[in-house]
Amino acid sequence: MSTRSLTLALALLAGLAMAAAPALAQMPGVTATEIKIGNTNPYSGPASAYGTIGKVIAAYFKKVNEEGGINGRKVNFVTLDDGYSPPKTVEMVRRLVEQDQVALVFQTLGTPTNSAIHKYMNQQKVPHLFLATGATKWGDPKNFPWTMGFQPAYQTEAKIFASYVLKNVKDPKIGILYQNDDYGKDYLKGFKDGLGDAAKKLVVLEQTYEVTDPTVDSQIVNLKNSGANVFFNITIPKFAVQAIKKAHDIGWKPLHLLNNVSSSVDVVLKPAGLEASKDLITALYTKDPTDPQWKNDPGMKDWLAFMQKYYPEGNTKDGFNVYGYTVAQTLVHVLKQCGNDLSRDNIMKQAANIKDLSLPLLLPGIKINTSPTDFYPIEQQQLAKYDGERWALFGELYDASKK
Amino acid sequence: MPETTDAPTLAGSSPAARAGAASRLWRIVGFVVLFAVALTLPFLLSNFRLFQFTLVFVYAIALLGLNILTGYNGQISLGHAAFYAVGAYTTAIMIDKWDVHYALTIPVAGVLCLVAGFLFGIPALRLEGLYLALATFALSLAVPQILKYFEHWTGGSQGIVLNKPAPPLGLPLTPDQWLYVLSLAILVVLFVLASNLLAGRTGRAIVAIRDNPIAAQAMGIHTALYKSLVFGVSAAYTGVAGALSAITIAFVAPDAFNVFLSITFLVGIVVGGLASISGAIFGAFFIQFVPNWAQDISKAAPWAIYGVFLIVFMYVMPRGIAGTLRLAWARLRSRSP
Repeated sequence: MSTRSLTLALALLAGLAMAAAPALAQMPGVTATEIKIGNTNPYSGPASAYGTIGKVIAAYFKKVNEEGGINGRKVNFVTLDDGYSPPKTVEMVRRLVEQDQVALVFQTLGTPTNSAIHKYMNQQKVPHLFLATGATKWGDPKNFPWTMGFQPAYQTEAKIFASYVLKNVKDPKIGILYQNDDYGKDYLKGFKDGLGDAAKKLVVLEQTYEVTDPTVDSQIVNLKNSGANVFFNITIPKFAVQAIKKAHDIGWKPLHLLNNVSSSVDVVLKPAGLEASKDLITALYTKDPTDPQWKNDPGMKDWLAFMQKYYPEGNTKDGFNVYGYTVAQTLVHVLKQCGNDLSRDNIMKQAANIKDLSLPLLLPGIKINTSPTDFYPIEQQQLAKYDGERWALFGELYDASKK
Repeated sequence: MPETTDAPTLAGSSPAARAGAASRLWRIVGFVVLFAVALTLPFLLSNFRLFQFTLVFVYAIALLGLNILTGYNGQISLGHAAFYAVGAYTTAIMIDKWDVHYALTIPVAGVLCLVAGFLFGIPALRLEGLYLALATFALSLAVPQILKYFEHWTGGSQGIVLNKPAPPLGLPLTPDQWLYVLSLAILVVLFVLASNLLAGRTGRAIVAIRDNPIAAQAMGIHTALYKSLVFGVSAAYTGVAGALSAITIAFVAPDAFNVFLSITFLVGIVVGGLASISGAIFGAFFIQFVPNWAQDISKAAPWAIYGVFLIVFMYVMPRGIAGTLRLAWARLRSRSP
């Protein structure tokens, strides 16, 4: 090589390095070989059942790294335990942002925990992506341009049920059982909004329970005695089992609408009794790993193989592991779309620019879409009726973004 | 019951008096050095570390409150998370609903908790030891649900989001630096107050009730009044800590004030040193940092690691960190001529 071309090459290299250096400096948490992602999850404490979501996400990033990473960069997933305690979440997230200098914070779990860091993330201008909570307030790009939810909002789902009732039930008399907290009230609000002005007339009885209650038997008896012919069941799995069983035992056969939270075949329907569970209606957006209709589904097979290889101690009947896998895939999609510009601005820009992304474990036809004004990634769900063996999907996909 | 106390050195015969004076001098020098270090930290550490240290100060105030009750007076409480919550919510609601200046809410929280603690202390008089522990445990269990019930005020389980206060008078500090200085100042004031309270007649009466209530009564101490008052003061300290925590974290939610927090406080005073004022600070460092270290060591079983730490601590330092330091200091002095 001549001196001249060597000089030229060196000059070019230096130029490149100088061009690259400021770009890198603008990208906290990102080096030429790595992208650092922060997360908090309740690995201990009252909500530790959700801890598996953090573990399956870590396992998925391990797979991504073994397959070469994202545009050549390995994912460094820093996940910390917050025990579902908001002050701990604040401390851990501040550690992630200020000390570990992560590029973004991803899938922080829980409504109160995320509320605690909502303002902070937006003041710091750090992407706060795909939160693991169904509250409606996470899709507010105007006031909180750095925060984005993921799953369908509870209110959205409740509206689907409401429109189904209005269209299909003659002279509905509706009884509702809900958990006495934000989760229950969010569903309740969506349902009543969906019913519109008729809500006061149609809802004949509302019953509540506390998470700490031993049973909901008496509530079910009250609901039966109210003469309701539609039952909207807003309960977490433990109480859903009780409610389905009790209604069956006392011979109450309303149109039984069960919220997505408790739609697992193995966790809820089987313990409640398959006979008792027949004709339940729910709204779905992911494939239930315990539903036999997906046994030969290629997406489900890939997932099972992944679980076996990267997370063998994980429970393959647990829908949370499907959820974690799906949300991790969504983030990988966003980061790939970022190309080489992994600045926080661009990460947020690309997160708000997902177009018709379909993922293997979402129901067929469901697509993830976001835009600078639409911070609700999943807005489609489909109703399904339990036929004693599997959730039979029926009707068309309901799309909340089109209403 | 623990037998250690921070009993003041008795001034009497001249060598003892001289030793007492020397020891007091050393103690003052020690505190001045510590205070100087604490004051330089805000300019050396990152905002995140300052936030952690601010939490240490907040915990230290709460632990001192609990230590006055449990360590000095012998009343076991598993309910201090409740007073912490009352303090935090007093501040949060006053700022959020009535736009009150945050600094004014701190004394209000303290006074409110003083009254609440005093009132709770009256029925608690009938309960001793473990029975009192159970009654206060019930308080801890009830408060998060009560907070959720008054949703209009408390924001339900969504909690209340606050703004971090900016430093006053245009001081060139970040909000984290300011909160550090503020809580350090409150900590120092409350510690001086507590040490004055505990060093005199009142302190001896409080300790006498713990060691032998019947003898204390025979000496003319109004046991019932003292016990309820101590309960009130203890709750007030914890309430002030709660108020500061709400300002520091800028968020309150019922789930943060569960039974586990009460137990954490109890762990803090035992590890730090029962019936010791400085023990509250050591205990606060323990409950703030050890769970984090445990998590760094093992993500799979952080609480198992924490448990091991706890057992080792109790085995090596049965009188807590403060007790062990005192013992070491005493030995060192007796060896030197």
